[in-house]
Amino acid sequence: MAYFEQPQRILLPVNVGYIALTIVLALLFNLMPWHDLAGVPDMVALVLTFWCVHQPRKMGIGIAWFVGLIMDAGNGALLGQHAFAYAFLAFGAVTLHRRILWFSLWQQAAHVLVLLLASQALMLAVRMATGAVFPGLMYFAGSLIGAVLWPTATFLLLLPQRRPESVDENRPL
Amino acid sequence: MDYQPPPFFSRGPAPLVRLGFFVSLAMLLMVLDARFRYAESIREVLALLAYPLQRVALAPSEMFGATAGFFTTQVALKKENDQLKARGLLAASDLLTLEALRAENAQLRRLLDARERVPRASTLAEILYQGRDPFSRKVIIDKGSRQGIEAGQAVIDDIGVVGQVTRVHPWLAEVTLVTDKEQRTPVEIVRNGLRAVVYGGGDKGALTVSYTATNADVQADDVLVTSGIDGTYPPGLPVCKVSKIERNAAISFATITCIPAAGTDQNRQVLVLAREEGLPAPPAEAEPQAESLPKQKRPRKRE
Repeated sequence: MAYFEQPQRILLPVNVGYIALTIVLALLFNLMPWHDLAGVPDMVALVLTFWCVHQPRKMGIGIAWFVGLIMDAGNGALLGQHAFAYAFLAFGAVTLHRRILWFSLWQQAAHVLVLLLASQALMLAVRMATGAVFPGLMYFAGSLIGAVLWPTATFLLLLPQRRPESVDENRPL
Repeated sequence: MDYQPPPFFSRGPAPLVRLGFFVSLAMLLMVLDARFRYAESIREVLALLAYPLQRVALAPSEMFGATAGFFTTQVALKKENDQLKARGLLAASDLLTLEALRAENAQLRRLLDARERVPRASTLAEILYQGRDPFSRKVIIDKGSRQGIEAGQAVIDDIGVVGQVTRVHPWLAEVTLVTDKEQRTPVEIVRNGLRAVVYGGGDKGALTVSYTATNADVQADDVLVTSGIDGTYPPGLPVCKVSKIERNAAISFATITCIPAAGTDQNRQVLVLAREEGLPAPPAEAEPQAESLPKQKRPRKRE
């Protein structure tokens, strides 16, 4: 397993302000005018999944639910639709967080893909139940691209927690 | 004696319990929003939270637009100027006839003792962005309740009907396009005055006219305009043009597909029309009187 092949870096403790900042940036990305562009990844879902997997004690279902409400209000979607899906997404991520981190980044991305697709499918089910039309299969392309972005997201979001590598020949460890 | 774990072990309720709590809250909100429209005040508070984020998110594209506008070449401006002048000339001649027609119309209406139509107040608004929601066709405009926009007002562009204001925030308003699946527009055919209702197709270039009899007098390229009987849209605004008619004997209604007239997906500037004042209130719904109605046996149809 990849976990044993690579040396593990000891990370600095996370800054709660940084978590909040990344969520706000992801919201900004989602609220940008994308028009009908298919396959734009849901950055908020990705960032929420990331923090649920890496910091399940700082991030959880309640916060994901609230961020989902803001997404609903900002997008003019059905109120509660994103909140519903993100609550399930956060639950899945928190439940799987011990398991996911043992895999290599691309295998992690496969897990994340399933989580993102499930949350999108939930939203689709909710909207179809309230009488919307099926938006086409390209609707799910966003999840695929989101999962592909997982390694990059991991690198960027963990950046402030990495300490600079200091090589000291005389230090025993 | 209660056994509480030491505080450094406590993690609050189990994830499943939290999930249940928040999911039921979300479902409650969804039902309130979809069925009863009670969630508008909650949505307004949340929209107020999202508003600064939206403005910041829109800044790059607005900045790009402004920069691109600054660097528009003089040739392009000159060309546009010439075109506008030509159009102005054409419009001027039309305007003269229009004045005459308007006077004539006013006189005829007075003769017919019809109520004179007052030109409605209107607000020019700009489309900020299209909602990210892939299930509906809505746009957000940059005027809200502070500028006097109200839910239910009609939104038009220079060609025809774009949609209707469905939700109003202090500085923004949400317009549901005529192409949205939930949107209906009362129309009539210009050629023969046949009234119908246009349903949004939920897709980009599609509107359908439903519940029109198979033998109704509808032809391809018929122009459908607002009938105005709803009191929301002023009469005579182009809505769409019939593109395809399928008359299938198996279905009792014709399937009529139309192309929207207005640039529902192109224009940035739209006009929000104020509601017409002084319309008589709709009559109260008659109480169902089951006893007084004579019971009639309907003959069963057989073919």
